[in-house]
Amino acid sequence: MSLILDHVNYIYGGDTALAVHALKDINLVIPDGQFIGLIGHTGSGKSTLVQHLNGLIKPTSGSIYYNGEDIHAQDYDKKKLRSKVGLVFQYPEHQLFEIDVFKDVCFGPKNLGLSRQETELRAYAALKQVGLEDEYFYQSPFDLSGGQKRRVAIAGVLAMKPEILILDEPTAGLDPKGRDEILDQIAQLKEETGITVILVSHSMEDVAKYVERIIVMNQGSILYDDVPREVFKHYKELEQVGLAAPQVTYIMQALAGRGIPVRTDVTTIEEARQEICSKFLQK
Amino acid sequence: MIRDITLGQYYQADSVIHKLDPRVKLTATLGFIISLFVVQSWIGYVAAAVFLAVVIKLSKVPFGYMVKGMKAIVFILMITVVFNLFLTPGEPLVTLWKLTITKEGARTAAMMAVRLSFLIVGSSVMTLTTTPNSLTDGLEKLMRPLKIFKVPVHEVAMMMSIALRFIPILLEETDKIMKAQIARGADFESGNLIKKARAMVPLLVPLFISAFRRANDLAMAMEARCYRGGENRTKMKPLQYKGRDRIAYGVLFAYFAGCVLIRVYL
Repeated sequence: MSLILDHVNYIYGGDTALAVHALKDINLVIPDGQFIGLIGHTGSGKSTLVQHLNGLIKPTSGSIYYNGEDIHAQDYDKKKLRSKVGLVFQYPEHQLFEIDVFKDVCFGPKNLGLSRQETELRAYAALKQVGLEDEYFYQSPFDLSGGQKRRVAIAGVLAMKPEILILDEPTAGLDPKGRDEILDQIAQLKEETGITVILVSHSMEDVAKYVERIIVMNQGSILYDDVPREVFKHYKELEQVGLAAPQVTYIMQALAGRGIPVRTDVTTIEEARQEICSKFLQK
Repeated sequence: MIRDITLGQYYQADSVIHKLDPRVKLTATLGFIISLFVVQSWIGYVAAAVFLAVVIKLSKVPFGYMVKGMKAIVFILMITVVFNLFLTPGEPLVTLWKLTITKEGARTAAMMAVRLSFLIVGSSVMTLTTTPNSLTDGLEKLMRPLKIFKVPVHEVAMMMSIALRFIPILLEETDKIMKAQIARGADFESGNLIKKARAMVPLLVPLFISAFRRANDLAMAMEARCYRGGENRTKMKPLQYKGRDRIAYGVLFAYFAGCVLIRVYL
């Protein structure tokens, strides 16, 4: 049970002069149950890549296998794939359309041909998973706040019970509080259901706290693919491609630079705090 | 799919046609469209085809781009052809069941098809070689005399340029929403007409909301920069005719006169 990308290339604009080689020879294995951060600067190809994962874009060359089956084979059921690989687009609140929140979340499971009861059960569970209170269920989605709309939209994908959940910049345009809430909820969801989660972002700070693997993209290629602490060791190279390591990395590097023997490969503030405290307590 | 509509999109290239004054191109497009209705004979259409081919060649825009614009009107084109083919009275040519193709019908259908395709390709040449900004400038200048009749020329020109500018934006938006809904299991392709129409709701509602949101934002941004319409507004780069524009007018006049002559004498 996994998603495999084998030598995937994608070129925008076909054979015109404006052709852009958006993905260059991407090879990836995404096993079950991983929490992955996909990071890259604007235009690095991360959004293009995730649209390949549920078959919205067909690669110019190369193949994608889900559970061992080629998703672009003639007889492959794309609709089923899309229910298994749930993709939440950037600014997903722009896709809301129904007259009330509950109906909108029902859209996905209804398209899967489920019974009404099952559809509504799933919609209810999904809305609970994103932490939306009952009082909003029968309001127009357009009357909600930005953060609430986004939760509804995420619930719309969750209601399809995906095995892989991909979120493209889920925190874009949210205030720090809204951002933390959404990310915490995603982490909690991952904890409870054990599904694979791919978090697309351009901010290391956002993902460092949650993910167990980071894939860094630059100009259509994979630059790094490793556990966070290994990726952050390359903080100088990351800066060159318009990214940055989390702030704690810089603090630890600066401390080490001044001769204080702290570990520099910590990834979260909590880890850094413990590391610094232990070093000072030893003295 | 929908991205293929080229009408209203600009293709960057360094050509004589690109450099022409937008007023020349607007007049030429209008002249070309009128000429298509002036000529009635095949010789006239050959003349129009030659004129169009030369302009396209000069514009350095790949021919594929023009044809892409045609895809959007294939349906309208088919309807026109079919209706003209079967419903024009005259000398019968072929009879299929209750439908009769007449000689006159076949002729009108063919002419209509040529006319419509030339019309689209002709206007695509203009929009492909002129930026929306200079197009508005040209329109505004050309329509200035209408101000005497209290026509809000500047405002109309501004509205048109905004409309043109929004075509690619809304197309992109449509593409995005479509993908988002497909990701939620929506199906835009299969089913009968009623099912297909109903499937459009999840696409159209977000699209309209997004269009209104963008319009709102744009209005706010314009007001924040003290935009108050055309009153006393000057241009940073006022349009000025150059030598090549006069030559272009000459060529256009010669072509148009030729078309009229073909109509009268042939």
